[in-house]
Amino acid sequence: MALITYREALNRALREEMRRDDRVFIMGEEVGEYDGAYKVSKGLLDEFGEMRVRDTPIAENGFAGLGVGAAMAGLRPVVEFMTWNFALLAYDAIVNSAAKMRHMSGGQFTVPIVFRGPGGSALQLAAQHSQVPDPWYANIPGLKVCTPATPADALGLLKSAIRDEDPVVFIEGELLYNVKGEVPDDEHLVPIGLADIKRVGEDVTIVTHSKMVHVALQAAEKLAAEHEVEAEVVDLRSLRPLDLDTYVASVKKTNRAVVLEEGWPVAGIGAQIVDDIQREAFDYLDAPVARVSGLDVPMHYARALEKIIVPDAEAVIRAVKHVCYLD
Amino acid sequence: MAKTEDEIKQGDLQGIPREKLLEMLRWMVLSRRFEEKTAEAYQTGKIGGFCHLYIGQEAVAVGAIAALREDDYVFTAYRDHAQALVRGVSSDAVMAELYGRIGGASRGAGGSMHIFDRDVNFMGGHGIVGTHLPLAAGVGYAIKYRGGDQVVLCFFGDSVVNGGPFHEAFNMVAKWELPVVYVVENNSYGMGTDIDRVAAVDDLFTRACAYQGKKAEQVDGMDVLAVYDATTRAVKRARETSRPTFIEARTYRYLGHSMSDPAHGTYRSREEVQAERKNDAINSLAERMEQAGLLTDEEYKAMDAGVIAEVERAAEFAETSPLPGRDEIYAHVYADEFRGGLDRRDAWR
Repeated sequence: MALITYREALNRALREEMRRDDRVFIMGEEVGEYDGAYKVSKGLLDEFGEMRVRDTPIAENGFAGLGVGAAMAGLRPVVEFMTWNFALLAYDAIVNSAAKMRHMSGGQFTVPIVFRGPGGSALQLAAQHSQVPDPWYANIPGLKVCTPATPADALGLLKSAIRDEDPVVFIEGELLYNVKGEVPDDEHLVPIGLADIKRVGEDVTIVTHSKMVHVALQAAEKLAAEHEVEAEVVDLRSLRPLDLDTYVASVKKTNRAVVLEEGWPVAGIGAQIVDDIQREAFDYLDAPVARVSGLDVPMHYARALEKIIVPDAEAVIRAVKHVCYLD
Repeated sequence: MAKTEDEIKQGDLQGIPREKLLEMLRWMVLSRRFEEKTAEAYQTGKIGGFCHLYIGQEAVAVGAIAALREDDYVFTAYRDHAQALVRGVSSDAVMAELYGRIGGASRGAGGSMHIFDRDVNFMGGHGIVGTHLPLAAGVGYAIKYRGGDQVVLCFFGDSVVNGGPFHEAFNMVAKWELPVVYVVENNSYGMGTDIDRVAAVDDLFTRACAYQGKKAEQVDGMDVLAVYDATTRAVKRARETSRPTFIEARTYRYLGHSMSDPAHGTYRSREEVQAERKNDAINSLAERMEQAGLLTDEEYKAMDAGVIAEVERAAEFAETSPLPGRDEIYAHVYADEFRGGLDRRDAWR
């Protein structure tokens, strides 16, 4: 095991897969000469050359579409968006082309492509640069969606995404790049569509993903120390396919659930999870399921308000205490 | 020195062998007869959805695709029946696709706007205006990546030139020297809007001048041989130097934008359509071949009869091809097994 950052894990995944398969190439703004806006692609241009590490113009719809075409012709592109906010300009290429191609060609054309980049709020980046795009893609049949929270999952999921035959939307946490974690030295693959229990507990289930996994773990430690509540933290890791078996089983064990996400509440991924829980574990519930999400508002620049809008451990603790009838 | 009458005739036909001329003529006739049958089947409710016919524009698809090699690639937009046929998708498979049957090119999942055929590198029928231009650039990238010498031919309509994907794709293919030939089928109307009312320039080919290294030219899209000539040169340039070209083919659509629209109305007059029909591409080639002694009236009639029989057979094939069953619903969404919301979310369906 090695202790590396989330950023280094992603870099390792790209490097390993590019060495393994010469059909894999990366493209995006600043991925080559500049080593990546977030340095995820550091050193790759030197090793693999310009054809496989392609700096693009700032034209998201264009280069995302180019990636889709290259995938149709048998290559395995990894398209980096400097942030997922910019990928809104490529939504047509991702949703209308990548996600539909296999289906509307009757299974003839596959699009083995990865669209990746950071999502979520960071630090005072204001309304246009702080969005959580996760549910916008989780809604689309034809796509897979990965949202790793740890370096090991970032490594294992990105490698699986690159090997997948279908388009994968890979949303990294903008504030997770410097997070460190243990990563296996050997080849490490994490299957897409499998959740992971990041903390075992008996009293309540917290279902969450990406950056909010760390918030949930923080809340869980405090709940154990201060309230003698042992929370089980389910990290979804992928939002499509969504591993309902894992969180339904956990709720059947704990009988209480809090669903946590960074994004907006209306039609958020949490709404789907609550639906699955009420349908499949209704008789097991000792309390209505609670949801904690980002506030329903475009992000404010002011730090004082940003801190309120993004869910924190205190909000999770309040929700857990509520479903445990401790408030 | 004055040319003899024979030399002039030969010049009109550009010295193209009779077999090639006959092939192009037959493709144009097939495209037209196929669309006539399509209109009939649409009107009797056998075909549904959006359905855009190609009648009038045949010279563009035929002249351009005739310049390709078998391993080259073709992309087009949603007015895609003729491109598919000329590229080599069988008339049975195209018609069955329109009928929404399993025997269709895309197993009935795509319909009129989304015909695909991997066997002949027919890369689809794309339904969002402009969306496929970057995709064609991507296939060009893959060719260059592998060091191949194939070429991508990408058709699109005149409305595309005002949108972002056009410029994004043109910039990339020019900068990275990708072997893509873009052909705009300028039929003067984006649905019911005259291109002059929404485009800041009249000659669309001049748009490519902004991209260094991208050659552009305008051709008479009602003359199949002019299209063939321009595309042949563009394909050669792409194959030998990996450089893109933009061809503007000036053409005309005789019918409405789709089956839901009238041929003429608020945006263009009946007189205009009638005048344009006199410049018909099929008649023009047939007449030139007859004048040059390369085609008799009997031969033309026999060809037409053969095409009509082929189209009738295609309709019969479509009629008898099975309808897709429930097992097709999730069959091609992913390579992995996919059961919608894992069945449990679809419990009442």
